[in-house]
Amino acid sequence: MPWPKATRYLGKETPRVDGPAKVTGRAKFTSDVAPAGVLHGAIFRSKWAAARVKSVNLEKAKAAPGIKAAILAHEGEFDVRYYGDEIAAIAGTSKQAVLDALALIEVSAEPKDFVVKELDAVKTDSPRVAAGNANLTEGAAKATGDVEAAFAAATAIAETTVSTPTQVHHPMESHGHTVQWDGDEMTAWSSTQGVFACRDIFAKSMNVAQNKVHVICEHMGGGFGSKFSPGVEGALCARLAQAAGVPVKLMLTRFEQGLAVGNRPSSFQKLKLGAASDGTLTAFEIYSIGTPGYSSGANQGGGSGGASFPAPYIYKPAATRVKQGSVAVNAGQSCAFRAPGHPTASAGMEAVLDDLAAKLGMDPVEIRLKNDPNEIRRREYVIGAEKFGWKEKFKKPGASTGPVKMGVGCAGAAWMSGGRGTQAEIQVNADGTVEVRVGTQDLGTGSRTVVQVVAAELLGLDRDRITAHIGDSRLPPSGSSGGSATTASVSPAIFDACENVIAELKKLSGLDDPRGANWKVACAMIGAAPLQVRGKWREGLSTGGAGGVQFAEVAVDTETGFVAVKKILVVQDCGLVVNRLTCESQINGGVIGGLGYALYEQRVMDARTGFVLNPTLENYKMPGAADMPDIEILLIDMPERGVIGVGEPCTVPTASAIANAVANALGVRVPDLPITPDRVLAALGKVPKETATTMAERSREVESAFASVAAAPGAPWVDGNSGCHPYT
Amino acid sequence: MKSNPHDATGPHAVSRRTFLKTFGTSAVTAATLGANNVARGLAQANAERSQGPGAVGVTLRVNGESRTFSIEPRVTLLEVLRANAGLTGAKEACDRGTCGACTVLVNDTPVYACSLLAIEAQGADITTIEGVARDGKLTALQQAMVDRDGLQCGYCSPGMVMVLTALLRKNPHPSEAQVRRAIAGNLCRCGSYPRIFAATLAASGQKPVTKLNVISLHDHAVA
Ligand code: FES
Ligand code: FES
Repeated sequence: MPWPKATRYLGKETPRVDGPAKVTGRAKFTSDVAPAGVLHGAIFRSKWAAARVKSVNLEKAKAAPGIKAAILAHEGEFDVRYYGDEIAAIAGTSKQAVLDALALIEVSAEPKDFVVKELDAVKTDSPRVAAGNANLTEGAAKATGDVEAAFAAATAIAETTVSTPTQVHHPMESHGHTVQWDGDEMTAWSSTQGVFACRDIFAKSMNVAQNKVHVICEHMGGGFGSKFSPGVEGALCARLAQAAGVPVKLMLTRFEQGLAVGNRPSSFQKLKLGAASDGTLTAFEIYSIGTPGYSSGANQGGGSGGASFPAPYIYKPAATRVKQGSVAVNAGQSCAFRAPGHPTASAGMEAVLDDLAAKLGMDPVEIRLKNDPNEIRRREYVIGAEKFGWKEKFKKPGASTGPVKMGVGCAGAAWMSGGRGTQAEIQVNADGTVEVRVGTQDLGTGSRTVVQVVAAELLGLDRDRITAHIGDSRLPPSGSSGGSATTASVSPAIFDACENVIAELKKLSGLDDPRGANWKVACAMIGAAPLQVRGKWREGLSTGGAGGVQFAEVAVDTETGFVAVKKILVVQDCGLVVNRLTCESQINGGVIGGLGYALYEQRVMDARTGFVLNPTLENYKMPGAADMPDIEILLIDMPERGVIGVGEPCTVPTASAIANAVANALGVRVPDLPITPDRVLAALGKVPKETATTMAERSREVESAFASVAAAPGAPWVDGNSGCHPYT
Repeated sequence: MKSNPHDATGPHAVSRRTFLKTFGTSAVTAATLGANNVARGLAQANAERSQGPGAVGVTLRVNGESRTFSIEPRVTLLEVLRANAGLTGAKEACDRGTCGACTVLVNDTPVYACSLLAIEAQGADITTIEGVARDGKLTALQQAMVDRDGLQCGYCSPGMVMVLTALLRKNPHPSEAQVRRAIAGNLCRCGSYPRIFAATLAASGQKPVTKLNVISLHDHAVA
């Protein structure tokens, strides 16, 4: 690939260009934007998990002091489908005025039966989430080879049932917008992963032309897949601002974040894996169900937040049968979440693989080397095992003695990533300074810095001579930041633009190379109107396909059930490293997200009330400083492959590696994520009798749910098209 | 919250809030006060200026500057800072004392600004993130946060910087364990903790070890 070999910035550590603004409080995030006269907006939400709303009376709220606008989420009668569904919205001069007025909204509704647990929802007598439709849908089936014969011929077979939780994104900055209208033109400051996607969706929902919508996202506080669209809250905010005739800011509360703006779908997976005596995988079967929320999705193969996920994940047994169901419940809808589908897929596959290795008396690394089809990942296992000290640390499952047992585990990740259409504009001023403009956005991944350093590298300039403008739908178009595609989309476009700049300056100055010592001279010839040049994403500068493996070491206290992760070793390839510093931060973030998935995070629903029991950060447990293991990273440098994104693959295998390490420590698998102390104690049989009875009852329910999935007519398999597919 | 802003409120020896607190938490006090005393105490508290409903004048000393705001007594310090004072550095992420994004210093002690009423902060010295770097120059900690990439989206960063600034003032050479403890009340969803530890150690002149190595695949044999 044509990227320069000797570099000044690429592959080096460059501190973020917006770092100083962010550590001094100067950076204006979406939630900090406050145009003059801005009103405080808020949403009135359903307290019912399911109800027919007959009428909503906003009159008292409208008449309350300070209230300037009150609108309905729907006209006429409508159904609310989950606790937290939107009913109305109001805007007023202060938060206090709005809080008081929310209490004055009157709703007449007929509560309906509801169901919030997956295992209840699959039962035939369960309340229907969407009237007239079965809760269990899809039953998509995929089969290759003669599965029965392959299992019959297998030397060893492992059967494992696992479950994974509904994980909630909880970016530190909540979802929200500030919208200002000027006649028929609207400006939205949005906390978003896609300024262009937001622009287009706003244009559609507000019925205005695309060139009348301006979306700005200067700084935003995290998204993790949940901020691709303006959401219902965006449309309500825009309508409130229209109704009030002044700007409205509507940022969701933490409580609302826990209910209404997306999650990673849950899963229950029943897996069966067979191998020949040398460990070669020969047969695979999976039945799974999970819930994406009140609306059951229709895409398989994982991707945008449906309940299905790639299976078999990574490994390719010759004979496979896959049947995945999706079950609707009365709860908030899922959406993309960092590496959609993959951590879920990995949690099942890597678990059954380790259980099979144990049956065969094989080392977990060995069985992966034998079966992983990807050469880079196989090498990563070898490199990682050596660095981790796997040979010394790995003992047979349950061999660790004493009350605190040590264990190790490993797992792999596959991610498509790759780049796509982006345009960039570079302006060179007569004083030699440069402005780069590209309509991408920075979620915390460091895209603004990427823009700056790629241009600095290729133009041969100090990076402080370059300003990067991003986060605005009036800049040259770029895609949404998802699928780990931002760096691989943006960098080639800037590369292209820089080539064009150099060509133009050559023409203008007659110099062979306008860079370096010639830069000043060349730029001096630019004249009054700055030089403006465009560039486009093009092939040959980025690729897709990032693999990675992780090793985990844990200490499990068999008396308290507490799991402490001691170490995570990451071996990750990401092609050409653009910025080591921000790349490392992203990998740390992926690992820590995976740690939460493994040990702490789960949305808890109450079957009796239909409420989310933990929509706050004191009850929804996210990893904190005290939980940090020693995270060590080996980045495989492969500049010849061009730029490859890394934000998602690094979060995929963490939970699986931790779960395998716990199983290795205990000699028995804790089948459900998150691996909480009570589950550890239950797996060890250290639970009171009632609990044991409840558990037996639950596993009967799980079995009957799988039977329902197996019996459901097999819908045709449709591969998702979200760009989130595994490469092999 | 260790600081008691009421110590400095001058003429108001007892506010409605502290009065009720005392009354509510101590049966002995209630008994010895007697009904008349209770009534008198309440009347006195109710006669205070900082009483709702409706807006009252609240004077705050923020970053060395005194400003008076007209706000309802139920408004938090965080809200006044962000909505009335235009100081949006302190962030709101949970609004109920779990995440630390709103941390400010009240008389040099880190405090969740979302969990302190503005009227309670009267008379205290409040420092926000905007008041940390003087004359546009980053402090050693802020510089280390930038250089060591102690942030990703940066939404938690103002809170982290405030807590760690207070830590380094008290303990200029903390161990990593002490850094972890200091930010135990601050959440970072991007997972920047390891680099925040490193930045804090670097800011105090210590040398954190690097946790990332770039290696070439070609140096390693195929499995
Ligand atoms: S906003 Fe104050 S602690 Fe979270
Ligand atoms: S850097 Fe995003 S929350 Fe900490």
